[in-house]
Amino acid sequence: MKETVKTELQGRTLTVTIIGEIDHHSARKLREEIDSALFYHRPKTLRLLLSQVSFMDSSGLGLILGRLTRMKELGGDMVLVSPTKEIDKILTLAAIDKTIPTERSVRKEDTE
Amino acid sequence: MKRNEINRMKLEFDATSQNEAFARMAVSVFAASLDPTLEEISDLRVVVSEAVTNAVVHAYKNRGGKIGITAILYSDRSMKLKIHDKGCGIADPERCLEPLYTTDPTGERGGMGFPIMQAMSHAFRLKTAVGVGTTVYIEFRFQGA
Ligand SMILES: Nc1ncnc2c1ncn2[C@@H]1O[C@H](COP(=O)(O)OP(=O)(O)OP(=O)(O)O)[C@@H](O)[C@H]1O
Ligand SMILES: [Mg+2]
Repeated sequence: MKETVKTELQGRTLTVTIIGEIDHHSARKLREEIDSALFYHRPKTLRLLLSQVSFMDSSGLGLILGRLTRMKELGGDMVLVSPTKEIDKILTLAAIDKTIPTERSVRKEDTE
Repeated sequence: MKRNEINRMKLEFDATSQNEAFARMAVSVFAASLDPTLEEISDLRVVVSEAVTNAVVHAYKNRGGKIGITAILYSDRSMKLKIHDKGCGIADPERCLEPLYTTDPTGERGGMGFPIMQAMSHAFRLKTAVGVGTTVYIEFRFQGA
């Protein structure tokens, strides 16, 4: 399976959409792509859209927490958007949703 | 309730990151005859992925080795899984089971693999010895359908 990342900048908010599976195997490439977009755009807010992630395990938690660290280094913050039911279960188990604001309702502009 | 074994499989594969997806798919396809719900299949995939990833990353330090999986299906719709490596083993297993405990130096791991494996299965046991390897025993009891 080919994992891909789509990025869209609106003002100083960067929306990153991850499509495909997030595991240890795919995490390295996803990390490199997201980080290069972060250092290029230097956004104030990173919105990570998770509605098109078909699988995620703890390597995905690591990917998310690592990006939170990057955003803090850039003086910005991070929001998780529209996790699937399966991913939400893992976010809740790890209490990530207590650390990073999580928007559970699907926003129309994100699904287009 | 008495349970009979109805099916069994054994897999051995190289400890590469590509095989993480292979392992979770193979086990979930094997379990399909017990008719688990979508949520149960999803949990099973995550648990297998956690154990296999730990073997690839921690036991063999990304340098390769062999990973074995044995899966047994029972007539009461339960499943036993054994996932083992012959890697470095764990010196302090009690500590490793704690949430947020990780020996990973990269900052890209959260120490949530074992807590997730325990939360998403019905029984969990860890057997490990330094220099010999690590085995996790996991049991699922499928309710769904
Ligand atoms: N098969 C193994 N062989 C050797 N050490 C292991 C093995 N599995 C786990 N460990 C050790 O146990 C620790 C905790 O494992 P756990 O899966 O909970 O967290 P992690 O792998 O560090 O992070 P995460 O799973 O959240 O990405 C690891 O950091 C590692 O030190
Ligand atoms: Mg782990």
